Amino acid sequence: MYKVNVGKKILSANEEYALKNSQLLTEQKKLCLNMISSPGSGKTTILARTISESKDKIKIGVIEGDIQTEIDAERIRATKAPAVQINTKGACHLSAAQVNSALGNLPLGDLDLIFIENVGNLVCPSAFELGETGKIVVLSVAEGDDKPAKYPSIFAKSKAMLINKIDLLKAGMVDFDIERAKADARKLNKGIEIFPISAKTGEGMTDWYDWLTKEVKNLQS
Amino acid sequence: MHEMMVAESLLAAISTEATKQNARPVNARISCGMLNAINDEVLCFAFEAIAKGTKCEGMKLHIEYKPMRGRCKSCNESFDVELSHPECSKCSSEDFELLPDAPLLLEEIEFATEQ
Repeated sequence: MYKVNVGKKILSANEEYALKNSQLLTEQKKLCLNMISSPGSGKTTILARTISESKDKIKIGVIEGDIQTEIDAERIRATKAPAVQINTKGACHLSAAQVNSALGNLPLGDLDLIFIENVGNLVCPSAFELGETGKIVVLSVAEGDDKPAKYPSIFAKSKAMLINKIDLLKAGMVDFDIERAKADARKLNKGIEIFPISAKTGEGMTDWYDWLTKEVKNLQS
Repeated sequence: MHEMMVAESLLAAISTEATKQNARPVNARISCGMLNAINDEVLCFAFEAIAKGTKCEGMKLHIEYKPMRGRCKSCNESFDVELSHPECSKCSSEDFELLPDAPLLLEEIEFATEQ
């Protein structure tokens, strides 16, 4: 028996595309946020409301990732924002190559901010860099306050965390200790921005829009 | 969930090296960070399944997890981050920067020496 040192990155093909995407976005000064959550946390509703209510300040385009269907892209297009749908046909995450081709199908020159709505999954998408500026994790209160402790990777890697559906909390419909969720998310990521919101009622959304506007300005200045 | 895709990349990389060496691979050592979302048992199972009928059939994967690393913002110490108790190993500060996770790496392949 004899040993051979290899030292090869197994996901290097994905990383090459991620680097291409990152270079393109940096050159054109576009903010690109990769939105990750469980299925049903409200990502598309958040995006549709964000687009409609901040359209005077930020021009937004969306890359939608789902296993099947064009449903989400259609919901985004209803707001008049450009959207490209990727169907992963079973794959549990978006890859940088898919995002690379989707970026080519968006009118980048007209946009300030590109959201990538990843496949609903709190685990796998966190391990695949897409070349984005940053990750946004969405947690809805119906999922439970223990998720940051149970799925640390995505909370450790995110720039911001949206705690959605707080209207359910106010109505006493769910038990969710918001302080516990915040504290667990900050354990590995002191700097994470946290926005408790309801994309349904609009509560808390203004702070989120202000943060987005600030991030876009910082990048463009 | 994506271990099958990782297994396919691994099989391709090991097969390339096996052709170059003109030898039969027996073991491979893989390392990855804690945040790579890779389950070792699932990866081994997926690899075993797709390696059937190839020159990698029957070989074993050995997966080593690298700890998360942090850099303390108070004393600048670099340290292994304990998930259950994340704080600086030197000054106990909880204010630290999480360093990039170790990549998924094919470290080493062991080949059989056959006549």
